[in-house]
Amino acid sequence: MTRRLALGVEALGIAVLFASFLASGGKYVLAGAAFALVGAAGLLGALGGRRELPNFWLWYASLLVYAFLYIPLLIVVIFSFNDSKLNAEWVGFTTSWYGKLFADEAMLQAAVNSILIACVAAAIATVLGTMAGIAMHRFRPRILPLLVFTPVAMPEILLGVSLLIFFLNAAQPVLGRLGIEFTLGLGTVVIAHVTFCIGFVAIIVRARLAGMDESVFEAARDLGASPWQTFRLVTLPLIMPGVLAGALMAFTLSIDDFVITFFTSGVGTRTLPLEIYTMIKVAVTPEVNAISALLMALTLALIVLASRLAPDLMRAKAE
Amino acid sequence: MRSQRTLQWLVGGPPFLFLVVFFLLPALIMLVASFRYPGDFGGLAPLVASQPGEEAGLTAESYAVFLSDWVYAEIFAKSFGVAALTTFVCLVMAYPVALLIARSPKRNRDLMVLLVVLPFASNFLVRVYAWMIILGPFELLFSRFAVIVGMVYVHLPFMILPLYTNLEKHDPALLDAAQDLGANAWRRFWRVTFPLSLPGVFSGAALVFIPVLGMFAIPEILGGKDDWIVGNMIKESFLGTRDWPFGSMLSLMLTLAVLAVAGGTSWLAARGMKGT
Repeated sequence: MTRRLALGVEALGIAVLFASFLASGGKYVLAGAAFALVGAAGLLGALGGRRELPNFWLWYASLLVYAFLYIPLLIVVIFSFNDSKLNAEWVGFTTSWYGKLFADEAMLQAAVNSILIACVAAAIATVLGTMAGIAMHRFRPRILPLLVFTPVAMPEILLGVSLLIFFLNAAQPVLGRLGIEFTLGLGTVVIAHVTFCIGFVAIIVRARLAGMDESVFEAARDLGASPWQTFRLVTLPLIMPGVLAGALMAFTLSIDDFVITFFTSGVGTRTLPLEIYTMIKVAVTPEVNAISALLMALTLALIVLASRLAPDLMRAKAE
Repeated sequence: MRSQRTLQWLVGGPPFLFLVVFFLLPALIMLVASFRYPGDFGGLAPLVASQPGEEAGLTAESYAVFLSDWVYAEIFAKSFGVAALTTFVCLVMAYPVALLIARSPKRNRDLMVLLVVLPFASNFLVRVYAWMIILGPFELLFSRFAVIVGMVYVHLPFMILPLYTNLEKHDPALLDAAQDLGANAWRRFWRVTFPLSLPGVFSGAALVFIPVLGMFAIPEILGGKDDWIVGNMIKESFLGTRDWPFGSMLSLMLTLAVLAVAGGTSWLAARGMKGT
């Protein structure tokens, strides 16, 4: 029993630590008590028998890491309902920060921009990414994978600044000579997002194709189907879950992107992450918490939807 | 055979062209930009002079400035330090979680992985902002400590997932054999589990180390002016001082650093694979 009890004590310690963030006075006392409890749990676990729970230390450490992952986000959500201008202590329940948010013209415009960009970028990236995924699976080209995967693996800032130079120093003068006016705005942000989303869609589509039986396509060909017919009637229906998952992935990546948008959006175009960034840097109010909580709910819904469509999708993102 | 070729171009051509124009070309333009003069009002000076005496054409001045002052090398060294520390802390925190998931019953694993990934579905800035709220009242904000905490928080899942993918494949019979031969838990971990997991460790390390180098938002929001890293210098060159050639040069240096890290870790991972 000792080791299970120890994990219970640790959970209590984590709860106290969590409470210390919400408390007004005695923050340090509570935090100290929390660490004492966690320490006591460790001691108790060391005394317990090995037989009882051989993975005790893994559980002990993992519990702390999971708490580390979740407590910050919980605090953001909780303080979004806090009736105080400061994010320092819990005062009372209110939904006024959400009301304020929906009355904020700039914020609404940013939300519209974000959704618009994400829809268009996801649509283009899905088409191009699916094509890239199929081409890489079927023809095994040498250069295409490099072009597709490098933008995914590089630090985002490099893609952002190189596109900034490209748009202002190459595209603008060249198109200007042709009489086309070209500036940073929604269009450039969409192009930038497509560039890094193609890779994610291609990875998912290729993974889906790799797990499939080649003989299906051969059968279609033997029965006299043209390449287009094979694609439309056999390949596409088979890879559809992957394509949809890729589209959702691209949408989430686009709506969440900050760094690349920051460099390619110019002055006039605002998206939600850009608004959040400005708010954090200028004045931190619970309005930021409210918009954060809403964004969290939105991405959460999309992720759940995506994981229903393709369970191994989340791993693809990290690998 | 010819129709195969046409087909290949029909399918692979559009994404290929898109990426050549919007990825490869900008990268090459940036390479050239690092050898140009800064414009009078920011940006780049023209390649061909329109008036006599105007600065135009190509120069290696940005590189000369970079090499002439230790400050820049120091910032690069500091960035590597921050990235290394972040990677190490991530590894220490990720290992127990990855190991626990890998040793849990199969039916629980997907849920435990999902619980790792879920917080990372929230917006990156929100996750950084959360730490402003938490560290603020404890007077820990705007410090190197806050920067590391933020970096670790944002990148932790990138370490857990590859580690777990690797650990999951280990054959439990190896540990049983080690136990039968008299190795205790500590020895079993360091002599069997850890060496076998090195490929996972290295790919996780690359996934954490590389994005940290280019980060500018976390040092800016959670750190003080002392905590600036390469990412901040690049951002400042493009949007602050608007010295584009200098910013391009820094971006290229960062690219080289990233290539070195990526090459190094994949070499180490391949070697680790062979050694076991």
